[in-house]
Amino acid sequence: MRALRVLAGLVVLLVLGAAAFVAFAWRSQIDPVDPPAQASFDPALVTRGGELAALGNCNVCHTRPGGEPFAGGLGISTPFGTIHSTNITPDPETGIGRWSEAAFSRSMRQGVDRGGRHLYPAFPYDHFTLVTDEDNRALYAFLMTRKAVAASPPENRLSFPFNLRLLLAGWKALYLREGPFQPDPARPAEWNRGRYLAEGLSHCGACHTPRGRFGAERREAAYAGAEVENWTAYAIDAASPAPVPWDAESLTQYLRHGWQERHGVSRGPMAPVTANLGAVPEADARAVAVYIAGIMGAPDQQRRARGEAALAAAQGESEAPLAVRAGAGAGGIGAAIYASACEGCHSGRRPPPFGGLNLHLSTAVNGPNPQNIINVVLFGLPAAKGEPSAMMPAYRGVLNESQLVALLDHMRERFSDRPAWTDTRERVAATLRGERRITVYRMDGTTQAPPESSMRTTP
Amino acid sequence: MTLTLSVNGKAHRVDADPETPLLYVLRDDLQLNGAKYGCGIGQCGSCTVLVDGAAVLSCVTPILLLEGRKVTTVEGLGSLDNPGPMQRAFIEEQAAQCGYCIPGMMMRAQALLQADPGAGEAAIRAELEPHLCRCGTHMRIVKAVMRAGEWMRQNAQSGGATG
Repeated sequence: MRALRVLAGLVVLLVLGAAAFVAFAWRSQIDPVDPPAQASFDPALVTRGGELAALGNCNVCHTRPGGEPFAGGLGISTPFGTIHSTNITPDPETGIGRWSEAAFSRSMRQGVDRGGRHLYPAFPYDHFTLVTDEDNRALYAFLMTRKAVAASPPENRLSFPFNLRLLLAGWKALYLREGPFQPDPARPAEWNRGRYLAEGLSHCGACHTPRGRFGAERREAAYAGAEVENWTAYAIDAASPAPVPWDAESLTQYLRHGWQERHGVSRGPMAPVTANLGAVPEADARAVAVYIAGIMGAPDQQRRARGEAALAAAQGESEAPLAVRAGAGAGGIGAAIYASACEGCHSGRRPPPFGGLNLHLSTAVNGPNPQNIINVVLFGLPAAKGEPSAMMPAYRGVLNESQLVALLDHMRERFSDRPAWTDTRERVAATLRGERRITVYRMDGTTQAPPESSMRTTP
Repeated sequence: MTLTLSVNGKAHRVDADPETPLLYVLRDDLQLNGAKYGCGIGQCGSCTVLVDGAAVLSCVTPILLLEGRKVTTVEGLGSLDNPGPMQRAFIEEQAAQCGYCIPGMMMRAQALLQADPGAGEAAIRAELEPHLCRCGTHMRIVKAVMRAGEWMRQNAQSGGATG
C-alpha cells in the first residue's frame, strides 16, 4: 500500500511538473494583421533597415543558393540535425506578411514566432535580443517592403527530443539573456556602438565563439574561435593567430573591403559578411572594428616583434630577384610543389587582393588547423561577378592526398613558428572524399547570397 | 630530368624541369597546341586539360604532380576525320569565333559530362563560369555542350563510345 501511495504521489508530481513546464514554456499567438502597404513605411526608415539587415547578415541564411533574397530554404547543419531558414519576405501565406511589428520584435527579442512557437537558436536571437525597439522597427520596415515571394522551406530534420520546440523554453532559461542592449556609460560612444553591433545584430560570436553541448555559445570562451561549415573561424580574442596583430584601422579596412594587405582576403562564410559590410556606413564597420580590436587587446612586445619579423620575411622574399629556382626537389615534394605552383603568386611583388598573400603573413598557415588552406587549395577562390576581386585557381583536379599533405606540411614548417599540425592527413582525406562538405563562397560585393554556381562542393 | 607523361593514351619521355607547367610541355615538347596560353595564372581557363578525367588548368600545374596520371587534351577527344561528340557539337553549333577559349571550354565540358552525363543547362553554365570568352559566343557554346551531352547519352545507350 505504501509503495502504491508513493507511486501515485510520483505520478501526480510528474503531471504537475509537466503542466507547470508547459505553462512556463507556452507563448501566445499574436494576431495576424493585413499586410501593411509598402507606401505606409517611411523611406528613410526602410533605408536604415536595409543597412541594419546588411549588418545582421539576414540575407546570408535566409536565402537558399540560387534562390530569391530573404525567401529562406537554406539548410543549416547542426549537431542536432538540419534546420531550414524561413521565408522572411512579406508574402502573407508563406512569409511574414501577416506579422505585426510587435510579432517581429518579439521574434528578435525572445525567439518566438507570430504563432507562439519557440524558434531554434540557429536563428541567433541570443544575439538579436540586444537589438533596440527602434532598430527592430527599421528592420521590420525594410523586410516588409521587399518583394513578396511565395516559398516554404523544407521541413527541419531534427532527432528526438530536439524536434520538440517546447523544450526550447528550457534552453532559453539557461542561455538567453534578454535585451535590449544597455550601453556602458563609462566607455566611448564608438566602442558602445561596436559592442551593440558585434554582440547583437552582427552576431560575430555565432561563428567565432565555440559552442557547448546544447549548441549554446560558451560565454567563458567568447571569441576563442571555432569551426563552422568546415571552415575555421579564427580566434578574434588575444589568441588571434594573425602573424601581424590586427588593429582598429586594419580591421576596418578588412571588414569594409574583404581584404587587407598584411592579412589577406576574406573567404568561406566570412566572404558574404565583408560583402555586406561594404554596403553599410563606414562608421558602423569602424565601430565593430574598434570593439573587436579591444577584445584582441594591444599586442605585447613579443607579439609585435613576431609581426615585424613576418613582415620583414615577406618583404625580403618579394624583393628577391625572380631567379629560376633550380633543384626544387631539395626540400622534398612539398617544397617542390610550393615552388612551382604557389610561389609565383604568393611570393611575388603584387600585394593582395590581386596578388597572393605572402604566407609569412597568413593567418591560415598560423591557424589551429589546416582546414581553410585545404579548402582554398582544393576549391580555389571563385572570382566575384562583375567586379575586380581576389581569385585563386582550384587544384582539386590534380593534387592527390599525399601531395596535398606534403604541401601543407611544408607551408606550416616554412611559414609558421608554430608546431606542426597533427590532423592534416585526416582532414585532407575527409575533404577529398567529400565527407567534409565544403561550401565555397564567391568573393562578391554584389550577390545577396552564394548563388548556385559558387556552391561548389566536393564531387 | 626525364619524366614519363601519359598524354592521350600514349607514354611520352619528356626532358624538362619538374617544375615546368604542363602547358609548356604539351605545346613546346609534344607539339600538342590545342591547349592555349591565355593568362598564365589560372584565371581564364583556355589551358584546361583533363588529368584522370578532372579538368585541370595546365598553365599552373607543374609536371612533377603528373607521374602516373593520365592527361587528355582536346586532341585526345577525336581527330579531324573522326571528331568526338564534343568536337562535332562545337562544329555543328558553330560555337567558335576566334576559337582561343574553345579547347579549354570543351575540356571542362567533357569532364562535366563524363562525371554527370545528365548535366543540364544550369549545371553547364555554372561549370563553365571560370572560362573567359571575349568574342561573346557563350550562347552557342552552351548549346554545343548540351548537344554533345545528348549525343554522348545516345552513344552510351546504344553501347557506343562516349568520346
